[in-house]
Amino acid sequence: MEILLVIIIGLLYAAGIYMMLRRSLVKLIIGLILLGNGANLLIFLLGKIVKGKPPIIEETEKMLGELYADPVPQALILTAIVISFGLQAFAIILIKRAYKVVKTDDLDEMNATDEDL
Amino acid sequence: MNNPFIVLPVIFQLFVAVILMFSWNSKNLQKLISVIGSLIALLISLLLLIQVRQEGIQSMQAGGWMAPFGITFVADTFSALLVLLTAISGLAVSVFSVGSIRNARVKFGYFPILHLLIMGLSGAFLTGDIFNLYVWFEIIIISSFVLLTIGGEKAQIEGAIKYVTMNLLASVIFLTAIAILYGLTGSLNMADLSLQIAQVENRGLVNVTAILFLIGFGIKSAVFPLYFWLPASYHTPPPAISAIFGGLLTKVGVYALLRVFSLIFVPDDFLASVIAILAMLTMLTGGVGALIQNNIRKVFSYLIICHIGFMLAGLGIYSTIAIAGAIFYLVHDIIVKTNLFMVSGLIFKFKGTYSMRLLGGFYKDKPLLSLLMAVPLFSLVGIPPLSGFWGKLMLIKGAIATSNILIIAFIILGSFLTLFIIARMWAAVFWKDGAALPKKKQIKYFEELKPLKRKAMISSIAFLSLISLAIGFGAEWIMQMAIHIAENLMDPSAYIQAVLGI
Repeated sequence: MEILLVIIIGLLYAAGIYMMLRRSLVKLIIGLILLGNGANLLIFLLGKIVKGKPPIIEETEKMLGELYADPVPQALILTAIVISFGLQAFAIILIKRAYKVVKTDDLDEMNATDEDL
Repeated sequence: MNNPFIVLPVIFQLFVAVILMFSWNSKNLQKLISVIGSLIALLISLLLLIQVRQEGIQSMQAGGWMAPFGITFVADTFSALLVLLTAISGLAVSVFSVGSIRNARVKFGYFPILHLLIMGLSGAFLTGDIFNLYVWFEIIIISSFVLLTIGGEKAQIEGAIKYVTMNLLASVIFLTAIAILYGLTGSLNMADLSLQIAQVENRGLVNVTAILFLIGFGIKSAVFPLYFWLPASYHTPPPAISAIFGGLLTKVGVYALLRVFSLIFVPDDFLASVIAILAMLTMLTGGVGALIQNNIRKVFSYLIICHIGFMLAGLGIYSTIAIAGAIFYLVHDIIVKTNLFMVSGLIFKFKGTYSMRLLGGFYKDKPLLSLLMAVPLFSLVGIPPLSGFWGKLMLIKGAIATSNILIIAFIILGSFLTLFIIARMWAAVFWKDGAALPKKKQIKYFEELKPLKRKAMISSIAFLSLISLAIGFGAEWIMQMAIHIAENLMDPSAYIQAVLGI
């Protein structure tokens, strides 16, 4: 299970970076979304994935046993998903605006900010 | 020790933003609330700094969950000082916005977002939890995205594409680093991490994580070679927005670098020399980049990069006196860069252009105002006894103590480039005979504004210039505080004790 996740995370990061390096605006956003998902899965993976070990302290014990499913990473992922949802929504609206204003989706042609006034 | 007062600067800004949203339709009421709110926020931050100076490091455990399990807020002198500087810049920008921001932008929620941005900045300075720091960074960037694009001009949108992309990338890298750090240590509390990280056996992975943090914060604080989004975007929004960005957004990255690389990762020789080399290249590229620019706001954008190099150099040298110098420089830079972007906005309101080639004769037209503008310009250069001088002096002192000749050379080169650029700007904008510029219809010139708006713009510049002068002439007081902060950063046991109680 873990090795599968490792491969998926690697693929997501690689695909994300590759998409960001393209010149199309849409691919840029897709790249950012893939990267964000890769990061979320990475947090999930590092929370020690185990089956049937809830983080509940037994009645006879004082603390948790050695191996348990850590609930903190899931809280972190939830936060990160909500944040990236908001940011990506903004980014998608932004590229729509950019396409309307600049009339191209080629990043290389967006050089109005380099003009010498 | 649980002191809920320390989150008041954050909560209060949220409160102001909410009140502002309720007065969405009344532009004048929004302006009034924003200025009064910023004034009260300044008072609160001042009280916080005084309390921290008198009673030592304050901490708060959110919801009563004891550290390291809950989210901790910590106010040491460094955090409290930066919250105070944020409040000062926030007040100045709020007053300046009253004069310079068009009603069309106010109608789309400029003021609430400004206060949310300041809330995010204060939160980032006060938090003691690394994941919470990520959340504050996201609040900062989402507010800054909106501020950058509000108005929707072509240059703004194009600048925003670059800004948004690089900041989202930085966030992902930061998040990745947090994930690996959590996997290594099982903790998110920065004080606890400071203890846990020493026990990790896999030192290679620790170093990789440190580099990921360096890249993530490096993008945010515009360090070479990751700075190119900054000169592509900072000159596009209205000057008041540029001012708060230029003053504070890159500095929060520097703060995070200083905090993480003193508390969690103590730089070994390799990491320190990587940071030092990055610092030198940042100074050089920023300074040389500024040389060829004609737009005054672009010149200031490149100078931000150049001076980020000075602060990073303090971390690269990694001795108490050098870090104190970097902190002194940080204090000076927040005030002066905010002020300079406001100065550029005022020049634009008079002349209708940012181009140094077209500008000229400002001193002849407005001698008193020019003298006021000279204060931030020459503070930036650091002519003694103005504020930029002392930070560099301490940095060079630190570099001499560790016999780091190359850094000294680059600091002097960076200062010289700044001097040359500002002197040239002074000659081009203020002394050179300027031709009469054609009046543009779409610009509302200074003369056409209401007297209250004119006073608002000039008084905010005067306010920050006074603070700059106070930093320069009261350097000893700031220097003692900077040395105190640097000692606490180098030896974080007091910070850890305040958070964990051990």
